[in-house]
Amino acid sequence: MDTPNLPGNAEGFDVAVIGAGVVGCALARAFTLAGARVVVLEKAADVLDGASKGNSAILHTGFDAPEGSVELACIREGYALYHQIRDRLGLPLIRAGAMVLAWSEAEVAELPALMAQAVANGVTDVQAVTAAEALRLEPQLSAKVMGGFRVPGEHLIDPWSAAHGYLLQALENGATLMRQAEVLTGRRSQGVWHLATTAGAVQAGLVINAAGLWGDEVDRRVTGESWFTIKPRKGQFVVYDKTAASLLGHILLPVPTKTTKGIVVCRTAYGNLLVGPTAEEQDDREHATLDQPTLQALMQRGQDILPALAGHEVTAAYAGLRPATEEKEYRIRTDLAEDYICVGGIRSTGLSAALGIAAHVLRLAERSYPPLENPVWPQMPSLTGEAPRDWQTPGHGGILCHCELVTRREVEAALTGPMAAGSMGGLKRRTRVTMGRCQGFYCSAELARITEGRLAQPMLGGGDGAD
Amino acid sequence: MAQTDVIVIGAGPAGLSAATALARLGVAVTVLDREAVAGGIPRHCNHPPYGLREFRRLMRGPAYAQRLVAEAKAAGVTIRTQTTVTFLHPGGRIDVTSPEGVETLAARAVLLATGVRETSRAARLIGGEKPGGVMSTGALQGIVHLNGQRPFQRPVILGTELVAFSALLTCRHAGIKPVAMIEPARRITARSPAIWLARLMGVPVLLEATVDAIHGRTRVEGVQIDRRGTLQDMATDGVIVSGGFRPEATLLRLSHLEVDPGSGGPVIDLWGRLSDPAYFAAGNLLRGVETAGWCWAEGRRVARAIHAALLGQLPAPEVARLRLGSDAVRLALPQVLPIDRPKPSPADSGAADGLQLRLNRPAKGRLRLMQDGVCLMDRRIDSLPERRITLPLPALRSASDVTLTLEER
Repeated sequence: MDTPNLPGNAEGFDVAVIGAGVVGCALARAFTLAGARVVVLEKAADVLDGASKGNSAILHTGFDAPEGSVELACIREGYALYHQIRDRLGLPLIRAGAMVLAWSEAEVAELPALMAQAVANGVTDVQAVTAAEALRLEPQLSAKVMGGFRVPGEHLIDPWSAAHGYLLQALENGATLMRQAEVLTGRRSQGVWHLATTAGAVQAGLVINAAGLWGDEVDRRVTGESWFTIKPRKGQFVVYDKTAASLLGHILLPVPTKTTKGIVVCRTAYGNLLVGPTAEEQDDREHATLDQPTLQALMQRGQDILPALAGHEVTAAYAGLRPATEEKEYRIRTDLAEDYICVGGIRSTGLSAALGIAAHVLRLAERSYPPLENPVWPQMPSLTGEAPRDWQTPGHGGILCHCELVTRREVEAALTGPMAAGSMGGLKRRTRVTMGRCQGFYCSAELARITEGRLAQPMLGGGDGAD
Repeated sequence: MAQTDVIVIGAGPAGLSAATALARLGVAVTVLDREAVAGGIPRHCNHPPYGLREFRRLMRGPAYAQRLVAEAKAAGVTIRTQTTVTFLHPGGRIDVTSPEGVETLAARAVLLATGVRETSRAARLIGGEKPGGVMSTGALQGIVHLNGQRPFQRPVILGTELVAFSALLTCRHAGIKPVAMIEPARRITARSPAIWLARLMGVPVLLEATVDAIHGRTRVEGVQIDRRGTLQDMATDGVIVSGGFRPEATLLRLSHLEVDPGSGGPVIDLWGRLSDPAYFAAGNLLRGVETAGWCWAEGRRVARAIHAALLGQLPAPEVARLRLGSDAVRLALPQVLPIDRPKPSPADSGAADGLQLRLNRPAKGRLRLMQDGVCLMDRRIDSLPERRITLPLPALRSASDVTLTLEER
């Protein structure tokens, strides 16, 4: 539990951001750097516990986003901003480049239109490739490939350190994080919002709803109505061991359909290889279940594209939920008269677009705050091998998670500070402990000992387990 | 760059016995282990039977592990814990990291004895949610025996290999009452007396059953069991995912050394020598799981082979390859056979005296070793996966491939 040091609870905060997913974290950063006093309200024991928990970790260019959409504009701006700030926050960027590949005549026929759309979207460096060129670029690719095009600007990033970095920068510049703080009701009187949460009352001038999978519900709780309905879309993923990562350079994308970008095969920033996601509509927004036939089908799909995958072990499987709505477009609505902004329906592109969404919403808010002097830029720990890892520097206290080479010093760091892990899932996202091939066989006991009494949601008796 | 005669990677039964034997032969040996305490998996197997073959007494795992470490130290072995190997270079040069930082070590010979781990829930593609309370036997034993913690009260145990009964003993020790043991096959995998332990503890063993899904968002609340096509939910607060041992071989797989896709471990010859002759391997890294005693004996034998190699007395790798001609056979060791059967001599004393086999699935029939169209050996088998099968070494006719076939009945 965070004990918020509420700066003058009487007058409250300038901005309350509801939801600490990647969008909420980016919003908290943007408003804090703009000089606002921000509180972030998260209902889970740790941040990134909803839709942001499971994504495919790609920084998209927006080449296939709908022309003229807010989504496209936010992806483009988010993409540029990520490039701008990533060095100062120590965030990784693996310049993989993508190839959109066609596997049938029908898909080949769609390629020119997709390339034209990319150019129209401002992604002008796409290049058509023949089947032979694709095979030369990616020798492990199945010879059944029929052609495609390269999108050199699509890159791999760390799915979590970006959001953690945005939030940490907000916190280190004065923002407040309240976890296990589910918003129950909202009431506005004399220009001030009074939010009742499970962690106490919060007052704020402006409320921004970034509640992801619960966006419509939070709309109703705060304003009494919602203008959209979340229709969760589940994506299952299979992750292969690090031995498989050398099979591939590019991010391999299929020809997209109307509803989904389709199943991607790519390396991860951590040096694994990932196949997914599926796109399964469901009503349940809490439970993202795995099922064996689907996982097997994903593995088969992976092997159809990269036959050599058959000889590699699966390290992990996970399922995420995307907060899709009735419409493809983001559901961003401002009610400035009511000091309320809803940032809803941020589906699968939230990771790429988050910084752009935050900049967009900051402009929409039309507010000015006393400027923040000399903002702090925290450095995020390197988990991807792009920069030296902690195990390569002396004094790390020994390796704790052997598969992912996570040190004792890294785990200790993740358990302390303004954004200390609140759950086992949160500790995993911050450090990668137990995320490797043994899934906790070797290090669970040591982790249970180190984390005892230090997580709001304990490892034993609550929280994401080792497996 | 630090230099020693032999580096052993892994301070479990195989690595420690090899190091002890080498030190007693006058060889300078350093054992590296990534854990804070040497001894390997027996450290957290707080039950007998250990030590009968090695020390002629019945011991529990932790006492056995301590004894192995004490013997190695007494023989003059240097043991470095909290030292993780990060890369294997050709010729016996290795990168390591320890609390002091990174360094490169070199030796005339490197023995890989990195052991095994159980197959995770993820690698088994078990469906459902991912709550806390799902763990391997190894994790459970560490939590119970090393920490004195109790992660759940009424778990289910998946699998019936010997280790599943080890999990049962761990549960009994911790006052945990498993709800059921669940096995997809029609028989339990461990030798049948093991089932009496389950009966004694009143734990039902469900055969021909699989767990399809795990329920619960933060903690396990139940599992869905598929029993001969009938689905049922069972209330439980934990899942022990036992067995399915696989070599801890990622170092190997990321290196220049040849890997056997069947075993997941290294390709070895009769002396435990790898495709780069500076490297040797022993213990469970070779195959999945064997008893500690077996690994201990294997380590001791390969130590003699390493000693012979250091003296330049090991035969050149003049060889025939052993190939698998049946999908029922998961692995056969060694994968590289000498054309001439080694004669008993000091140099050859580190040679394996037979072949080790494992099945993928229950199978019975005639197992044959074929070379140049001629049957070298013919043996009836009726076995289950993960049971030990041994065959005498065949006398080869040439350097051409030897194929292991199984004519199933």
